Amino acid sequence: MSRNGPASVEFRNVSKLYGGVTAVNDVSFTIEPGTLVTLLGPSGCGKTTTLRLIAGLEMATSGQIIIGGRDVTNLSASERDVSMVFQSYALFPHMSVLDNVAYGPSVSGEPKQKAHAMAREKLELVGLKGFEKRMPSELSGGQQQRVAVARALVLEPQVLLFDEPLSNLDAKLRRRVREDIRRLQRDLNLTVAYVTHDQEEALAVSDRVIVMSNAAIAQSGTPRELYEQPASLFVADFIGDSNIVPIEIESVSGDRAVALYGEARFELPSRGAKPGAAKLGLRPDAINLSAAAAPDALPGRILHAAYLGKHMEYTVLAGGAELFVVDRRVKQPLAVGDETNLTFDRDGMTVLPA
Amino acid sequence: MTSLSPTGDAVALAGDGQRTATRINASTRWSVLTGAAAYALLPWYLLEGSFFSTAWMADWPLGKGGSGLALGLLGGAWQLVPILIPLIVGLWALTMNKDNPRLSQTLIAAGAGGLALMIIEGFAIRHAGWGFDFLKTLTGWEGPRQGGMGFGAFFVAGSFLVMLCHGLAYRGYCRGDVFIVTSIGAIIALIGVFVFMPIIAVLQSAFLDLDGRFAPAEFVTKFLDSSIWGLDCLAGGVRCGVAWNTLFLGVLVGVMTTALGLAFALIATRTGFKAKGALRLLSVLPIITPPFVIGLALILLFGRSGVASTFLSDWFDIPPSRWIYGLPGVLIAQMLAFTPIAFLVLIGVVQGISPALEEATQTLRATRWTTFRTVTWPLMRPGVANAFLLGFVESMADFGNPLVLGGNFEVLSTKIFFAVVGAAVDPGKAAVLAIILLAFTLAAFWLQNSWLGKKNYTTVTGKGDSGLPQPLPRRIAILSYGTAIPWAILTIVVYVIIFVGGFVRTMGRDYTPTLIHYLTAFRIEQTDHGLFFSGSAWNSLFTTLEVAAVSAPLTAAIGILTAWLLTRNRFAGQRFFEFGTMLSFAIPGTVVGVSYILAFNIPPIELTGGGLILIICFVFRNMPVGVRSGIAGLSQLDKSLDEASLTLGARSFTTLRRVVLPLLRPAIVASLVYSFVRAMTAVSAVIFLVSAEYNLATNYIVGRVEAGEFGLAIAYSSALIVIMIAAIALIQFFVGERKLGRRGANEVVVGAG
Repeated sequence: MSRNGPASVEFRNVSKLYGGVTAVNDVSFTIEPGTLVTLLGPSGCGKTTTLRLIAGLEMATSGQIIIGGRDVTNLSASERDVSMVFQSYALFPHMSVLDNVAYGPSVSGEPKQKAHAMAREKLELVGLKGFEKRMPSELSGGQQQRVAVARALVLEPQVLLFDEPLSNLDAKLRRRVREDIRRLQRDLNLTVAYVTHDQEEALAVSDRVIVMSNAAIAQSGTPRELYEQPASLFVADFIGDSNIVPIEIESVSGDRAVALYGEARFELPSRGAKPGAAKLGLRPDAINLSAAAAPDALPGRILHAAYLGKHMEYTVLAGGAELFVVDRRVKQPLAVGDETNLTFDRDGMTVLPA
Repeated sequence: MTSLSPTGDAVALAGDGQRTATRINASTRWSVLTGAAAYALLPWYLLEGSFFSTAWMADWPLGKGGSGLALGLLGGAWQLVPILIPLIVGLWALTMNKDNPRLSQTLIAAGAGGLALMIIEGFAIRHAGWGFDFLKTLTGWEGPRQGGMGFGAFFVAGSFLVMLCHGLAYRGYCRGDVFIVTSIGAIIALIGVFVFMPIIAVLQSAFLDLDGRFAPAEFVTKFLDSSIWGLDCLAGGVRCGVAWNTLFLGVLVGVMTTALGLAFALIATRTGFKAKGALRLLSVLPIITPPFVIGLALILLFGRSGVASTFLSDWFDIPPSRWIYGLPGVLIAQMLAFTPIAFLVLIGVVQGISPALEEATQTLRATRWTTFRTVTWPLMRPGVANAFLLGFVESMADFGNPLVLGGNFEVLSTKIFFAVVGAAVDPGKAAVLAIILLAFTLAAFWLQNSWLGKKNYTTVTGKGDSGLPQPLPRRIAILSYGTAIPWAILTIVVYVIIFVGGFVRTMGRDYTPTLIHYLTAFRIEQTDHGLFFSGSAWNSLFTTLEVAAVSAPLTAAIGILTAWLLTRNRFAGQRFFEFGTMLSFAIPGTVVGVSYILAFNIPPIELTGGGLILIICFVFRNMPVGVRSGIAGLSQLDKSLDEASLTLGARSFTTLRRVVLPLLRPAIVASLVYSFVRAMTAVSAVIFLVSAEYNLATNYIVGRVEAGEFGLAIAYSSALIVIMIAAIALIQFFVGERKLGRRGANEVVVGAG
């Protein structure tokens, strides 16, 4: 699709400082050509700055940025072969839909005829044929976003960037639009960097996810790796909620460890843990509640219960910690004050570095 | 010269889209070549006649119109030879590739070195020999002479500036954007030359004695002179020092205009007053009235043979006196002139107070009076202080009214004027007075920024506010009407005088309707050679229109470019840059006038006596308004619009032209209108700078007033007002729609007049 094919994006020890504040701290990563990589993190973690560094809207204080094998560190936004879909869409309010999409080719010197033809092609691609004459203010939010995507695609950039593209859409539309984006990325074989703070969205669309925290990369990997093998407390908590509970590692042999949580004892992958105090990440849906006692079960008491239609949410006091539990069995709910026994699915438990 | 040109940017995405990053920008190449060509070919020094007169070509490339190269190598102007070196270095840089790391260093060295050489050369050798005393003692003679810089020098300096800026851009300064760096460089250079250099000239001249020697003791004597700081009037003496007069008048005007403005603002927003449109008109009229015209109308009303004076003496046997000449007259005139400013500031403040707050107090069972006292008034207080400071500054900066009405009551601005053009010319004294006046206005602006800046309770939020403003408590309403109505009547009378005065023979004595004044001013005769504009006003009117029409778009352009640089870019020294662009706002016009005379009367930059200095003066005095309206407009534009354009391959210049400017039309109209009006009505600065050939309307009118030709003066003034209304309508029509009124109230920006 892209004139020069999809390009890789590589950051080598990139830092960005604003005065004394570090927005991006010594970040290195590689986005492989033709993949969709999400930058995920809470607000203020540096993910948007990282995206803007790729675009050339911010200049790195130190380090190197390489796009498609070419060092672009000192090139301005207009000199990089990168387009961006903005959170606010940033459609030019004084231009029609067609002129908005044709803006890129027309400012780079294409004759008007050709620029319009290129724009029409991309508008058709995003399903907005027939809307050429409209002004942006006459479109719905979803349509405006598709114009923004068409406008970003029209120059067939080596890299396409999305800055929280779903944040201005209502909840129902989000799922569809994110599927559209993913399909477009696959069909056109684009390299896409995508910023979001919504971990579910990140898991759903990405080939790889880069989780950022405090201006640095906390972990990067496939969605499954991040969910099942979180490298830190932060990632375990940020990706798909975790109960973080203190445990005692009794012994380690090879890659297995024996951990003690309350009175319950588990054998788990050690993930490099040493005997002594550690933390355990416990997924809310990996905790089972039952009235019957089992040998390795942990007794607990319901502190809070809420009915959410599809499932129940409980807060359970067990082993000296308050656990957040999601239970699919809505037909036989437990009440506040009920005593219960907790058992745990092994693949929802992760030993974390303390 | 190529600094603002987008050439070279278009190459970027052409062809297969793969950029050729190795070649240097075409704009860099062109500017270096222009500089070299200007050095080799164009007349280096200022020409006496026009460039097109061809008289200078006689001895070319030597002689008066000789080029830098020829004069330097063959014409004995050896000081121009070193400039060749940075030019050659610049040309050498053109042979390098963009990837070459030495390119940026070479360009920076050539640009900075060339500029430094030109500055040293320009100031070291003046029209009367060495510019620095130590060179005289060192060499033992008066030194070589040279005139002011001309076209050649101008283009060479511009070329060095571009080299420096492009060099910095190639190093990655400002995201490597050539256009942005060059714009910043150009604006810094312009502000340095036309704002800071004149101020430095004033300071310098204040510390020099008449022989041009450094004399700090003399400065202290001049500074502490009893004519400035004397307090005789308190001890029963005749008059006080001019500084005290100015301060006293300023405080009075500040208090009175604020009180009146507040009364009008409260009536306009908090009562059922019907004729609010008329109030608006009354508030706009004085803005397009040349400031001294009000003083003139007061003379026609209350002067010895004024309308009111004659009436009083005919009917009540009150003998006419000269009471209007002096403090009372100046005070009334300034109140009439500046109350609208206070009104516009305060109406914004009053409207800014959320009705919900007042409704909240009422639900807490406060009476209307208690609400006003405990909530409304405290919220208004910073705005009121702001209006006071503005009135204070405007009064101190006003020159026209004290000139026309002052009599024996002297203020700093008129005293400065007479120290420059009066019987005893004393530039040193003018400079000292100018420093005092500048210190006063700067202190007021500093107070406004540092103290009020933190105390601004803006209660306008983005949320819809459905509450209704509370009606005024009874006693406040009575007070407001009691102040405002008599004042409104006086204002109306003054404007009736202005518009009627031109159509009667002599105001106060002979009310025979006549067109004689208009004919004297604007007669057009049909002669054999076509139309002949024989009226006495045509000359100055044409000059005024020309100067205003040239300076308005320049002001708007430079102001909006600066606003864009300030809001959309981050660069080192941004705060200082902003301060520099806003500084000229706080400098009173008389100070500007004096400083321009001191700075631009002698080489290296010699501008006085021409039309160009008038244009430059207006551009840099009114630029802050362009900057402010630009910043206001840009802050309402989503920054990601610019960024979207940049990521789509548009350079910053293209982005500015195709995205930002079309969306900034209201700000462009506002700054065009403002700078046009200010150029038409200004007196204080330009009265120092006009010449017989380039006279301005306001200056001509002031001259008529001083000669006692009131009828002619008032006729010309009303014609000016009508022309301005027509011009504003024209600007609106051509540049675009603007919803007047609603936004205007919150965006008043007023400078020292």
